[in-house]
Amino acid sequence: MSTASQTAGPYWHLIDFPEWADLLRGDGPNAGIAGERITLLGRVTDGDGAPCADAMVELWQADPEGQYDGAFHGFGRCATDANGEFRFTTLKPGPVRAAGNVFQAPHVTLSLFARGLLSQLVTRLYFAGEALNEQDPVLNAVPAARRGTLIARPEGPGTWRLDIRLQGEGETVFLEV
Amino acid sequence: MSYAPVAPGSQPPLDAPAYGSTHKRHPDQAPIRIAPTLTELAAPRMTESLYPSNANLAKGPGWEAQGERIIVAGRVLDEAGRPLQGAMVEVWQANAAGRYNHERDQHDAPLDPNFKGEGRVFTDAEGWYRYTTIRPGAYPWRNHHNAWRPVHIHYSLFGQGFAQRLITQMYFPGDPLLPLDPIFNCVPDEAARSRLVASFDLDITQPEYALGYRFDIVLRGRQATPMENPA
Repeated sequence: MSTASQTAGPYWHLIDFPEWADLLRGDGPNAGIAGERITLLGRVTDGDGAPCADAMVELWQADPEGQYDGAFHGFGRCATDANGEFRFTTLKPGPVRAAGNVFQAPHVTLSLFARGLLSQLVTRLYFAGEALNEQDPVLNAVPAARRGTLIARPEGPGTWRLDIRLQGEGETVFLEV
Repeated sequence: MSYAPVAPGSQPPLDAPAYGSTHKRHPDQAPIRIAPTLTELAAPRMTESLYPSNANLAKGPGWEAQGERIIVAGRVLDEAGRPLQGAMVEVWQANAAGRYNHERDQHDAPLDPNFKGEGRVFTDAEGWYRYTTIRPGAYPWRNHHNAWRPVHIHYSLFGQGFAQRLITQMYFPGDPLLPLDPIFNCVPDEAARSRLVASFDLDITQPEYALGYRFDIVLRGRQATPMENPA
C-alpha cells in the first residue's frame, strides 16, 4: 500500500526555486539544446473563479524529438502569482511514441499541488492546431465536449495559454494514471 | 508495464468537508483514468549534480538553530518492498516555535535567523535517506475554532516514474493533536494514517547529539500486466 498523500499547504514556497520555471536558463541543464523556444502560461482558478495564488505547478515533458531519455531535462516547477498565473519557458516537445504504430500529439504534463488539494491534480497541455491531436489516445479518452480544456491557444509569438479551472463551469479535465 | 491500482482507503479524497480549503478547490468531475503511456512511465532524473543536497537543516548561516535537534531517517520503497535508489526527497517545516520562514505566515511566534526550514536529500542503493533538523512546533490555523496543526514535516518525493510523485507529511508519535486534525484524518484507512507517523528509533539516535526518528515511505509500484495499452 503506497504512502498517503497530504496537502502541500500554503507554505510550500520553502521549496520554490523560481529559476526552475525557466527550463532554458543559462546555467541550467538544457543550455544549448536546440529546439523551438516557447512560453507556456495559464491562470489557475477555483470554483468561485478566484485565482489560486498559492499553487505549485510542475511541468514534465519530452524533448523536441519526443524522447524522455535524451539530454533534455524536461522538468520545471512554478509558483502561481497573486493572479493565479504560472509561466514556464521551455522547448516545444515532439510527438511521443504510443502503443502500436502511432504517436501521441506533442504535450506537456502539468501537476498541481496546493493548499486544499489533498493529492496532486494531473492534467495535460496540448497545442491547438496540431494534426496529431485528432488521433491522440489520451485526448480521445476525454469526452469531446471537455477536450478543449486540455488544448492551449496561441497568445502571441511562441506563447501558449492554458487556463486551469479546478471546479465548476469549464472545469479542467484531470487524469488518473 | 503499468502501475498497481491505489488500495481503497489508502489515499485521501479531494473533497473533504472537514478541511475547508478543499471546498472550492476539489474538482466536481471524476478524473479520467488513462492507461500509462511513456509520459507516465518515464520520470525526470533528479540528480544531486542538478539539485545539490542539504542534509542539515539544524545549522544556519550563523549558529545552530533553536530547538531540539533530531535526526530523521528512513527508506523509500515501492509497493513490492523494493528499495528506490536515487529518489529525491525534499523536506520543509516550521521552526521550533511553530513558525514558517514564509512571508504569509503571520503566526505570532518568533522567527529563527538560523533556521530556514528547507532540505533536500537522495536515497542510497538500499533506499535510505537521512537528514538532521530540529523538531518543529505545532501552530494554529483558521480551519475551525481553536484549530492547531499537529507537529509535522512536509515531504516531496520523486521516484523512478512520473506516477510515483508524492507530496505528504510526516507526523510525530504521541501527538495529542493527531486525532483532532482534519488533514491527517482525511486519510480513511487507519493503518494508512498510522504509517504517516514516524517512530522513535534508538538506532538512529546519535549519542550526545540528537534523538532519531524513522519514517519509511512507499511509492506506487509497477506491475507487468498484459494491458491493451502498453507504452
